[in-house]
Amino acid sequence: MTRALSGEELATAVSPEAVIAVEAGAVFVLPENVAEVCLALRDRQGFDYLLSVTAVDYLDYFDVVYHLLSLSKNESAVLKARLSGRDGLSLPSVVPVWKTADFQEREIYDLLGISFDGHPNLKRIMMWEGFPGHPLRKDFLEFDHRTFAGSGSEGVERG
Amino acid sequence: MVNMGPQHPSTHGVLRLRLVLDGETILDAEPILGYLHSSKEKLFETHTYLQCVPVTDRIDYLASMTNNLAISLAIEKLAEIEVPERANYIRVISSELQRLASHCFAQGTLINDMGAWHTPLIYFIKERELILDMFEMVCGARLTYNYIRPGGVSQDLPPEFFPAVGKFLEEFPGRLDEYRGMLWENEIIRARATNVGVLPRDLAISAGVSGPTLRGSGVAWDLRKQDPYCGYERFSFDVPTGTTGDVWDRFAVRFQEMYESIKILSQALEALPPGRFKADVPIVIRPPEGEAYAQVESPRGMLGFYVVSDGGASPWRCHVRAPSFINLTPLREMLIGHKVADAVVIIGSTDIVMGEVDR
Repeated sequence: MTRALSGEELATAVSPEAVIAVEAGAVFVLPENVAEVCLALRDRQGFDYLLSVTAVDYLDYFDVVYHLLSLSKNESAVLKARLSGRDGLSLPSVVPVWKTADFQEREIYDLLGISFDGHPNLKRIMMWEGFPGHPLRKDFLEFDHRTFAGSGSEGVERG
Repeated sequence: MVNMGPQHPSTHGVLRLRLVLDGETILDAEPILGYLHSSKEKLFETHTYLQCVPVTDRIDYLASMTNNLAISLAIEKLAEIEVPERANYIRVISSELQRLASHCFAQGTLINDMGAWHTPLIYFIKERELILDMFEMVCGARLTYNYIRPGGVSQDLPPEFFPAVGKFLEEFPGRLDEYRGMLWENEIIRARATNVGVLPRDLAISAGVSGPTLRGSGVAWDLRKQDPYCGYERFSFDVPTGTTGDVWDRFAVRFQEMYESIKILSQALEALPPGRFKADVPIVIRPPEGEAYAQVESPRGMLGFYVVSDGGASPWRCHVRAPSFINLTPLREMLIGHKVADAVVIIGSTDIVMGEVDR
């Protein structure tokens, strides 16, 4: 079975100055340190495989979430970086660490509006060039599909 | 500069490639995606958890069972739902039948791409039809099943399913041997597949490739072995791997996987226990605040769902870790230096489904 590193274990694996918070199953690092931390996790902790990088819109801030996998040790870990606010958000790209981040970071840029510094080809991937806005953001209004009270982000203003 | 797609009989869906050519040789290739983007991840945020399941059917529409399974596992992790034993066996049976159906389609279309026209394709589709008939018996649908739900499966396997699957398991291996006899030493297939579209092992790992595409490059990684779910550790089967990472290796890995799926199916059907097919789960599930990630070995690779709950009736965020999308990352490197005709074969060998690429 893949052994999931707890937040505590991952915090010891990452250099202590970089960790700003520890959750049960994940560790938060400063956005500007993301690329160095990932490089260290790849080269010194055996996390040779990035399963997925995605982001979540929490209204006041965005979390960029990295799911890491070590093929050699059969271990997994979750790394997060929190970006406060909603505009002009950016953090270093991890494409130099794992090539798989190429399309996935482009998807985050396209759908959620977070830029990745150092990405070799940062442009929209799903929507067309010139599309207004970032559709997966909570303030991007669309048809209300709710059929049940309590389903679908009740705190968010919807059209 | 030549544009290939999005509508093109050989690009397996609406994949667009911008190719820079020197005569017939590809100098550069840029995949352009999004033609089948239908904002499924946005839809998840305004649908109840149960309503999300039929949305997942349409992600990898050639392997709906494993889509349903992956999201159900994530929701079960989040809401701490325990699945009855019989349901786990039914899930394994459904997933392996799904793998067979999906691989039949993938192999058939790949051989079609290599120029064998439709004869082998129709043979494989004929086999797939038998599986679709069985799925229709089980849940009423041929393509988008909405069958594997959080807590188990939507209904038990009906009595008519067992003789049908028994007959299939008796006859299919023999026919598969027949197809193998026709295809394995075929010099055209060998010529069009050997050393074409090589994906080196290190690039495959860095690019996050998974499934037969990763195993073809020599990495023995299969979630059913490395991180088993639904009781896969109970079954005895092998994980075929390739050596070079060319089209031939991916074709051979998928082919051998079909034999392994038959083994798992026989074992699962034999050991199927009595009992409930579904746990008691409310129609509107409200998992506690938190997040979960769960993944399965779909026919195309590691399919995962990252679900974030705010305690409400819908996910706050539900991201799909889509193997077809990620497997396209090294496509450019796999295409450069080859001819345009090879591009068709290489894309076919990665077995992508645009619904999963674009979501």
